Amino acid sequence: MDLTMLFRISGVGFIVMVMATMLKQAGRDEQGQMVSLIGVLLVLVLVVTQLGYLINLAKTVFLIQ
Amino acid sequence: MDIAKIVGIGLLAGIMINLLKQHKPELAMQLSIATGVMLFILMVSRVMDVVDVLQTLGTRAKLDQAHMGTVLKIIGIAYVADFGSQVLQDAGEKSVASKVEMAGKVLIMLLAVPIVLAIVDTVMKLLG
Repeated sequence: MDLTMLFRISGVGFIVMVMATMLKQAGRDEQGQMVSLIGVLLVLVLVVTQLGYLINLAKTVFLIQ
Repeated sequence: MDIAKIVGIGLLAGIMINLLKQHKPELAMQLSIATGVMLFILMVSRVMDVVDVLQTLGTRAKLDQAHMGTVLKIIGIAYVADFGSQVLQDAGEKSVASKVEMAGKVLIMLLAVPIVLAIVDTVMKLLG
Protein backbone atom coordinates (compact mmCIF):
# COMPACT_ATOMS: atom_id res chain seq x y z
CA MET A 1 0.00 0.00 0.00
CA ASP A 2 2.49 2.63 -1.19
CA LEU A 3 0.65 5.86 -0.56
CA THR A 4 4.04 7.51 -0.22
CA MET A 5 4.31 8.17 -3.95
CA LEU A 6 1.00 10.02 -3.92
CA PHE A 7 1.99 12.16 -0.94
CA ARG A 8 5.48 12.76 -2.32
CA ILE A 9 4.21 14.13 -5.62
CA SER A 10 1.47 16.25 -4.07
CA GLY A 11 3.97 17.52 -1.49
CA VAL A 12 6.33 18.66 -4.22
CA GLY A 13 3.40 20.21 -6.04
CA PHE A 14 2.23 22.20 -3.04
CA ILE A 15 5.71 23.41 -2.12
CA VAL A 16 6.35 24.54 -5.67
CA MET A 17 2.98 26.25 -5.79
CA VAL A 18 3.57 28.16 -2.57
CA MET A 19 7.13 29.13 -3.41
CA ALA A 20 6.23 30.31 -6.89
CA THR A 21 3.46 32.59 -5.63
CA MET A 22 5.70 33.83 -2.78
CA LEU A 23 8.52 34.63 -5.19
CA LYS A 24 6.05 36.39 -7.46
CA GLN A 25 4.91 38.62 -4.61
CA ALA A 26 8.54 39.32 -3.73
CA GLY A 27 9.01 40.58 -7.28
CA ARG A 28 11.40 37.72 -8.28
CA ASP A 29 9.26 36.32 -11.05
CA GLU A 30 12.08 34.59 -12.96
CA GLN A 31 13.11 32.58 -9.87
CA GLY A 32 9.44 31.67 -9.51
CA GLN A 33 9.41 30.31 -13.05
CA MET A 34 12.63 28.41 -12.33
CA VAL A 35 11.15 26.87 -9.20
CA SER A 36 8.01 25.71 -10.98
CA LEU A 37 10.10 24.33 -13.84
CA ILE A 38 12.27 22.35 -11.44
CA GLY A 39 9.14 21.16 -9.63
CA VAL A 40 7.64 19.92 -12.86
CA LEU A 41 10.86 18.12 -13.82
CA LEU A 42 11.16 16.47 -10.43
CA VAL A 43 7.58 15.22 -10.53
CA LEU A 44 8.15 14.12 -14.12
CA VAL A 45 11.01 11.87 -13.01
CA LEU A 46 8.82 10.29 -10.31
CA VAL A 47 5.86 9.80 -12.66
CA VAL A 48 7.89 8.40 -15.53
CA THR A 49 9.39 5.72 -13.29
CA GLN A 50 5.86 4.87 -12.13
CA LEU A 51 4.69 4.67 -15.75
CA GLY A 52 7.58 2.37 -16.63
CA TYR A 53 6.59 0.20 -13.71
CA LEU A 54 2.97 0.17 -14.93
CA ILE A 55 3.91 -0.86 -18.47
CA ASN A 56 6.13 -3.69 -17.21
CA LEU A 57 3.35 -4.78 -14.87
CA ALA A 58 0.82 -4.80 -17.71
CA LYS A 59 3.28 -6.87 -19.76
CA THR A 60 3.64 -9.47 -17.04
CA VAL A 61 -0.05 -9.56 -16.14
CA PHE A 62 -1.42 -9.76 -19.67
CA LEU A 63 1.37 -12.04 -20.85
CA ILE A 64 2.49 -9.61 -23.53
CA GLN A 65 5.97 -10.80 -24.43
CA MET B 1 -12.95 -4.06 2.39
CA ASP B 2 -10.62 -3.24 -0.46
CA ILE B 3 -13.10 -1.08 -2.27
CA ALA B 4 -13.19 1.36 0.64
CA LYS B 5 -9.41 1.67 0.45
CA ILE B 6 -9.54 2.25 -3.30
CA VAL B 7 -12.27 4.87 -3.06
CA GLY B 8 -10.41 6.57 -0.22
CA ILE B 9 -7.23 6.85 -2.24
CA GLY B 10 -9.16 8.04 -5.28
CA LEU B 11 -11.00 10.76 -3.39
CA LEU B 12 -7.86 11.88 -1.58
CA ALA B 13 -5.98 12.13 -4.85
CA GLY B 14 -8.90 13.89 -6.49
CA ILE B 15 -8.93 16.54 -3.81
CA MET B 16 -5.19 17.10 -4.14
CA ILE B 17 -5.45 17.24 -7.92
CA ASN B 18 -8.17 19.88 -7.73
CA LEU B 19 -6.13 21.84 -5.25
CA LEU B 20 -3.13 21.75 -7.57
CA LYS B 21 -5.17 22.41 -10.70
CA GLN B 22 -5.75 26.12 -10.14
CA HIS B 23 -2.08 27.06 -9.92
CA LYS B 24 -0.10 24.20 -11.47
CA PRO B 25 -2.24 22.25 -13.98
CA GLU B 26 0.80 20.33 -15.29
CA LEU B 27 1.57 18.95 -11.82
CA ALA B 28 -2.11 18.05 -11.38
CA MET B 29 -1.98 15.97 -14.57
CA GLN B 30 1.11 14.11 -13.40
CA LEU B 31 -0.52 13.50 -10.02
CA SER B 32 -3.53 11.94 -11.75
CA ILE B 33 -1.19 9.68 -13.76
CA ALA B 34 0.53 8.57 -10.57
CA THR B 35 -2.80 7.88 -8.90
CA GLY B 36 -3.92 5.77 -11.85
CA VAL B 37 -0.74 3.74 -11.67
CA MET B 38 -1.13 3.24 -7.93
CA LEU B 39 -4.70 2.05 -8.22
CA PHE B 40 -3.69 -0.43 -10.91
CA ILE B 41 -0.87 -1.72 -8.70
CA LEU B 42 -3.41 -2.27 -5.92
CA MET B 43 -5.57 -4.34 -8.27
CA VAL B 44 -2.81 -6.32 -9.98
CA SER B 45 -3.06 -9.40 -7.80
CA ARG B 46 -6.77 -9.78 -8.50
CA VAL B 47 -6.24 -9.24 -12.20
CA MET B 48 -3.66 -12.04 -12.07
CA ASP B 49 -6.30 -14.34 -10.54
CA VAL B 50 -8.79 -13.46 -13.29
CA VAL B 51 -6.16 -14.19 -15.92
CA ASP B 52 -5.43 -17.56 -14.33
CA VAL B 53 -9.16 -18.44 -14.38
CA LEU B 54 -9.28 -17.48 -18.06
CA GLN B 55 -6.28 -19.70 -18.77
CA THR B 56 -7.82 -22.71 -17.02
CA LEU B 57 -11.12 -22.15 -18.85
CA GLY B 58 -9.19 -21.96 -22.12
CA THR B 59 -7.34 -25.21 -21.52
CA ARG B 60 -10.54 -26.97 -20.36
CA ALA B 61 -12.35 -25.86 -23.53
CA LYS B 62 -9.34 -27.16 -25.45
CA LEU B 63 -8.96 -23.75 -27.08
CA ASP B 64 -5.78 -23.11 -29.00
CA GLN B 65 -3.33 -21.59 -26.53
CA ALA B 66 -2.21 -18.99 -29.10
CA HIS B 67 -5.75 -17.58 -29.28
CA MET B 68 -5.94 -17.32 -25.49
CA GLY B 69 -2.61 -15.51 -25.54
CA THR B 70 -3.81 -13.02 -28.12
CA VAL B 71 -7.05 -12.44 -26.20
CA LEU B 72 -5.03 -11.56 -23.11
CA LYS B 73 -2.74 -9.35 -25.18
CA ILE B 74 -5.76 -7.56 -26.61
CA ILE B 75 -7.08 -6.94 -23.10
CA GLY B 76 -3.70 -5.58 -22.06
CA ILE B 77 -3.42 -3.26 -25.05
CA ALA B 78 -6.98 -2.08 -24.51
CA TYR B 79 -6.26 -1.33 -20.86
CA VAL B 80 -3.06 0.63 -21.53
CA ALA B 81 -4.60 2.57 -24.43
CA ASP B 82 -7.64 3.41 -22.33
CA PHE B 83 -5.41 4.53 -19.44
CA GLY B 84 -3.51 6.89 -21.72
CA SER B 85 -6.54 8.33 -23.46
CA GLN B 86 -8.44 8.91 -20.19
CA VAL B 87 -5.50 10.80 -18.69
CA LEU B 88 -5.19 12.88 -21.84
CA GLN B 89 -8.93 13.69 -21.80
CA ASP B 90 -8.62 14.79 -18.15
CA ALA B 91 -5.85 17.12 -19.18
CA GLY B 92 -8.16 18.56 -21.85
CA GLU B 93 -6.34 17.11 -24.86
CA LYS B 94 -9.32 15.48 -26.54
CA SER B 95 -7.76 15.25 -29.99
CA VAL B 96 -4.59 13.55 -28.75
CA ALA B 97 -6.72 11.19 -26.68
CA SER B 98 -8.75 10.15 -29.71
CA LYS B 99 -5.51 9.54 -31.66
CA VAL B 100 -4.24 7.27 -28.88
CA GLU B 101 -7.54 5.40 -28.87
CA MET B 102 -7.45 5.03 -32.66
CA ALA B 103 -3.91 3.62 -32.45
CA GLY B 104 -5.06 1.17 -29.79
CA LYS B 105 -7.94 0.02 -31.98
CA VAL B 106 -5.61 -0.52 -34.94
CA LEU B 107 -3.24 -2.61 -32.84
CA ILE B 108 -6.14 -4.67 -31.49
CA MET B 109 -7.46 -5.22 -35.01
CA LEU B 110 -4.04 -6.47 -36.05
CA LEU B 111 -4.01 -8.96 -33.20
CA ALA B 112 -7.59 -10.06 -33.83
CA VAL B 113 -7.07 -11.04 -37.49
CA PRO B 114 -5.82 -14.62 -36.84
CA ILE B 115 -8.70 -15.26 -34.45
CA VAL B 116 -11.22 -14.06 -37.02
CA LEU B 117 -9.63 -16.34 -39.61
CA ALA B 118 -9.84 -19.26 -37.22
CA ILE B 119 -13.52 -18.57 -36.60
CA VAL B 120 -14.22 -18.38 -40.32
CA ASP B 121 -12.40 -21.66 -40.89
CA THR B 122 -14.37 -23.45 -38.17
CA VAL B 123 -17.65 -22.06 -39.52
CA MET B 124 -16.79 -23.18 -43.03
CA LYS B 125 -15.90 -26.62 -41.71
CA LEU B 126 -19.26 -26.82 -39.91
CA LEU B 127 -21.15 -25.77 -43.02
CA GLY B 128 -19.03 -27.54 -45.61
